[in-house]
Amino acid sequence: MEKKYQIVLKKPLKPDITLMEIHAPLIAKKAKAGQFIILRVDEDGERIPLTIAATDKEKGTVTIIYQKVGKTTLALDELNEGECLHDFVGPLGVPTNIAEMGKKVAVVGGGAGCAIAYPIAKALHEAGVEVDLIAGFRNKDLIILEDEMKEACTNLYMCTDIGDYGFHGFGTDRLKALIEEGNKYDHAVAIGPLLMMKFVCKLTKEYNIPTTISMNPIMVDGTGMCGCCRVTVGGETKFACVDGPDFDGHLVDFDEVIARNNSYKEFETQKKEEYICRLRGKTNA
Amino acid sequence: MPNMSLTKVKMAEQEPNVRNKNFLEVAQGYTLEQAMEEAERCLNCKNSPCVGGCPVSVPIPQFIAKIREKDLEGAYKILSNANALPAISGRVCPQETQCESKCIRGIKGEPVAIGRLERFVADWARENGIANVETAPKNGRKVAVIGSGPAGLTCAGELARMGYDVTVFEALHVAGGVLSYGIPEFRLPKEIVNKEVENLMKMGVKIETNMVIGKVLSIDEIFEEEGFEAVFIGSGAGLPMFAQIPGESLCGVYSANEYLTRINLMKAFRGAENCDTPVMHSKSVAVIGGGNVAMDAARCAKRMGAETVYIVYRRGEEELPARKEEVHHAMEEGIIFKFLSAPTSIEGDDKGRVCKLHCVEMQLGEPDASGRRRPSPIEGSDFTMDVDTVIPALGTSPNPLIRSTTPGLDTNKKGCIVTSENGGTSRVGVFAGGDASTGAATVILAMGAGKTAAKSIDEYLKNK
Repeated sequence: MEKKYQIVLKKPLKPDITLMEIHAPLIAKKAKAGQFIILRVDEDGERIPLTIAATDKEKGTVTIIYQKVGKTTLALDELNEGECLHDFVGPLGVPTNIAEMGKKVAVVGGGAGCAIAYPIAKALHEAGVEVDLIAGFRNKDLIILEDEMKEACTNLYMCTDIGDYGFHGFGTDRLKALIEEGNKYDHAVAIGPLLMMKFVCKLTKEYNIPTTISMNPIMVDGTGMCGCCRVTVGGETKFACVDGPDFDGHLVDFDEVIARNNSYKEFETQKKEEYICRLRGKTNA
Repeated sequence: MPNMSLTKVKMAEQEPNVRNKNFLEVAQGYTLEQAMEEAERCLNCKNSPCVGGCPVSVPIPQFIAKIREKDLEGAYKILSNANALPAISGRVCPQETQCESKCIRGIKGEPVAIGRLERFVADWARENGIANVETAPKNGRKVAVIGSGPAGLTCAGELARMGYDVTVFEALHVAGGVLSYGIPEFRLPKEIVNKEVENLMKMGVKIETNMVIGKVLSIDEIFEEEGFEAVFIGSGAGLPMFAQIPGESLCGVYSANEYLTRINLMKAFRGAENCDTPVMHSKSVAVIGGGNVAMDAARCAKRMGAETVYIVYRRGEEELPARKEEVHHAMEEGIIFKFLSAPTSIEGDDKGRVCKLHCVEMQLGEPDASGRRRPSPIEGSDFTMDVDTVIPALGTSPNPLIRSTTPGLDTNKKGCIVTSENGGTSRVGVFAGGDASTGAATVILAMGAGKTAAKSIDEYLKNK
């Protein structure tokens, strides 16, 4: 019998990206594509939101994929199979509204954002929607989930910024080419870095393609209490944790989110560096 | 012969200029001698008007009589039978508008310090390892309580005492609700909250953290799949409201809930080196609003190292909704009150960080629906404050998670759950209370609602 929030599988996908399956049967039973969880690694840890990459109702597990970008994700990565997270809560947020996206949808994932684009593409594909999945990475070495993504869509278009694999250029460029080749999309979904989502939205607006983006602002409680994750959408204040994380990308004020997400850059860098020093100290000792 | 002193026995406090740099408790409580001296001020009125002013009907003269007799265990027994969380209410209740406002001694001089005596008795019990955790024989009937704030904890405690099998579902990683995330350490040490929760657990209450009801389980599933026979919803206030002025999304604008959550729940008060959750190192802070939450935010900001902290309030000092003691403490600690001032916009620098708060002066006209004089702007009175942080503390609107996933649960146009006087809702077997049904109010009103609902749940289940 698994313990609460036990890590039942840990699989490095890349040196800085890891997949974990966490035992959380109640969440696994309820979660839908587009929802997220919040976890804490230890008793004094911060709460971080991560989008659910997959669930297995029979095994009672929730899959998360994280990039080691700061202290908390580094600390998370120190845990091994059999160990437990301190807290794991969800499923949070509103599921992606796949039922109303139409017959043909372009899903654009950027970098680690592909880990989130993948379950949405999969859910759409399973619902009988024709899905063009455009997965952009900086270079070939950073590609994750290619086989899984292939299974989750009608056509997979791999792109790399430097052109060492697939299409040479950004996901946005690939999408533009597909549109110009005559593909008619009823809807687009963009998930990845804020700037990438901003540019996809700029493009789809020109072509009048309704676009859903998955917002990833800073959160604290994630349950509709603190208001930290507020985003301006069409001039209105919305809360990503209870109103989102999906929003109409053509109405989101991206620049504001970009500025807000930089609020604690210095603190985060310092914490990360201190933690790396501590880890090195441990190894050397 | 009673003690006829016109004033309460003073309670020791940390010096304002010391305490505004630490998070240790401000008020330090009575000694036994002080408590007995103050207890002598109670006239033991036969009709006990004070009890009528208490939302949980503590038999006040009776517990005070036990203090006079030096029977502190007896005092604690009387107190804790009526009030599941006495160490908490003794600290955060607005006694001046409740029990103490009805005290006969208050007609000439100060009322009896009922709150301080309540705190004294509860602290004495805790420090001596005494807890009132006896319950009726367990009846095996399951009741779910949603939310572990003051309403939920009180409801759970009352039901456990009656013998019910109670499970509390809490969305956050620790129990306590606003007692944990909102009210700061210097006003309510978390050790005290934890102890009260522990006592409930000794009575058999189960606490399940990390459970967001409405998401991981719906109310219907709690009944159908989990086998509960009644549910109490005490899910609290919900999303913060903002001033609806330009600039509220700039870096450096926090809702009071967020600011307090970072500092209290996530422990930023321990300093950056001992905490993973960041909070801005503000130099100059403007808190908007005049309630208890505004006072807490302002006093936290000062303790976190801000040089200048303002409370910006659109009405006057008389109209402040905060407890008198909190206002007094805030003033002593050097918080600057800008009365009759309303914010009009927040200005940011080129990095999107707050640099100025623009305001306008207000004047008070005729009383409005709330009975307070309505403020209106004075034309041409605009002024600007140089601040790097703005904290709106303007109340909350109810959390949508439960109402949107519970068919047949009536809410009013503000989104608050509609309840009858006994805590019943439009759904059979579902009861509610506290901020989730009233909108933002006080800890003790939530406790009163939890207690009332527990009685109703008991009646409902006995007749079911």
